[in-house]
Amino acid sequence: MQQLDLDRQSLREVNATLQAQSDHTNQPMWEIVNPKGAHAIACGLDADLDVTIRGSAGYYCGGMNKRATIRVEGSAGPGLCENMMSGVTVVDGDASQYAGATGRGGLLVIKGNAASRCGISMKGIDIVVHGNIGHMSAFMAQAGTLVVCGDAGEALGDSIYEAQLFVRGSVASLGADCIEKEMRAEHLERLAALLEAAGSTTDPASFRRYGSARTLYNFDIDNAGAY
Amino acid sequence: MCGIVGLFLKDRALEPRLGELLTGMLVTMSDRGPDSAGIAIYRNLSDGQAKITVQSARPEEEFAGLGDALDADITISDTHAILLVAESRVTEVMNTLRERHPGVRIMSRGAAIEIYKETGLPRTVADRFDIPALAGSHGIGHTRMATESAVTTLGAHPFSTGPDQCLVHNGSLSNHNRLRRKLARRGVRVETENDSEVAAAYLTDRMAQGDDLGAALQASLDALDGFYTFVVGTQQGFGVLRDPIACKPAVLAETEQFVAFGSEYRALADLPGIAAAKVWEPEPARVYFWEH
Repeated sequence: MQQLDLDRQSLREVNATLQAQSDHTNQPMWEIVNPKGAHAIACGLDADLDVTIRGSAGYYCGGMNKRATIRVEGSAGPGLCENMMSGVTVVDGDASQYAGATGRGGLLVIKGNAASRCGISMKGIDIVVHGNIGHMSAFMAQAGTLVVCGDAGEALGDSIYEAQLFVRGSVASLGADCIEKEMRAEHLERLAALLEAAGSTTDPASFRRYGSARTLYNFDIDNAGAY
Repeated sequence: MCGIVGLFLKDRALEPRLGELLTGMLVTMSDRGPDSAGIAIYRNLSDGQAKITVQSARPEEEFAGLGDALDADITISDTHAILLVAESRVTEVMNTLRERHPGVRIMSRGAAIEIYKETGLPRTVADRFDIPALAGSHGIGHTRMATESAVTTLGAHPFSTGPDQCLVHNGSLSNHNRLRRKLARRGVRVETENDSEVAAAYLTDRMAQGDDLGAALQASLDALDGFYTFVVGTQQGFGVLRDPIACKPAVLAETEQFVAFGSEYRALADLPGIAAAKVWEPEPARVYFWEH
């Protein structure tokens, strides 16, 4: 395993080293020591790497990731995996606000809790949170799946498009145009696959599904007074 | 942005290191706000005596003979000075300062609190006042990126509006002018145009009416409009509150030895025993406070 040390190397050096790895590298395993909450660790990776961050990360960890597997042995600050394209990120601790925002693909696993605005404007990413999520999560979510093994905060899925939301615990409130939906066999199958990929043994049958009522898709003259 | 740090010691063995630890935390947050920096530190609590922290832009002239003129013990630290007087004389001394020493500004008063703040980076400000050498029981630091009022010493945080009370703020309040007028009608004075000072004055007013710190913070959720993460200090306590939208970052850490606050985890990363600490993000609109 190759080691990068943020006590001795600059962030730019660490990220540039990882970004320079090609698909054909014979050194796919990396660890980053002494992260101490630094910002933008392991951003913009684009190869089949396996990167372990030995501690907590700050803002924007793992942003724009393509294909790499990133493991955070601690918590992550705001903007975790923003605009993730593919690959896997696993955070052992908690994630701060807007984790997985605008993500287009890949799997983001948060083993602790996620704060507010988790999965905001998600566009295809799959997010599995073992704990709870905060308010305004999945706001304007367009595609992808958000799985929450704990509780969800206020205004879940406000103005949601086609993303699928699965919550096991309580939902403080649903946002505009977000409704509970029937859990069919194909949903249970999808949920079971995601839970397994995320290392959760939670029973898929114990979840409820939420999604868009699709009443905001077209302008309705009866709502004109609301603007 | 702005950066906030706070450290509330449970283990008295760490007290000699308070200034050093708090300075390290604040310097780490320098890039969140380069305009000004300040620290409130609670130390040397003594019954029957009170400290008045004063500041002057011309300390050589203003502080010369000030102790004798006020019949107070004076300890000068760069642009600041700590006046030590009997608790019964605090009002009299403060009135004399306001009437006869217009070049001297009152920063705080109380049995334990001392405030040091100036424009400039945290490292510079901490070194000017030798903050790392200060021992104490708890302290709060702030590094400011100014939004609502000018970059001046008086616009720097922490703000102290009541005995042994102080507040630091990351965010901006939108109803501070109206609240300032409301408080003025109740006889509560604030010194600056700053929004955060109004929040401090509001809490002071609530506590003067009998609220404890927790109840005062709870009431501010209804009274204040805007974005805020507050860290508040009292003689025995340390409180944290985020607004319900909670855009402004906050991380808390607790061990057997201390409770620590940072705008980011980076500020906490070098604290002793942090690897084993319980670290979490405070919930929106939930009051957290600890007391000795």
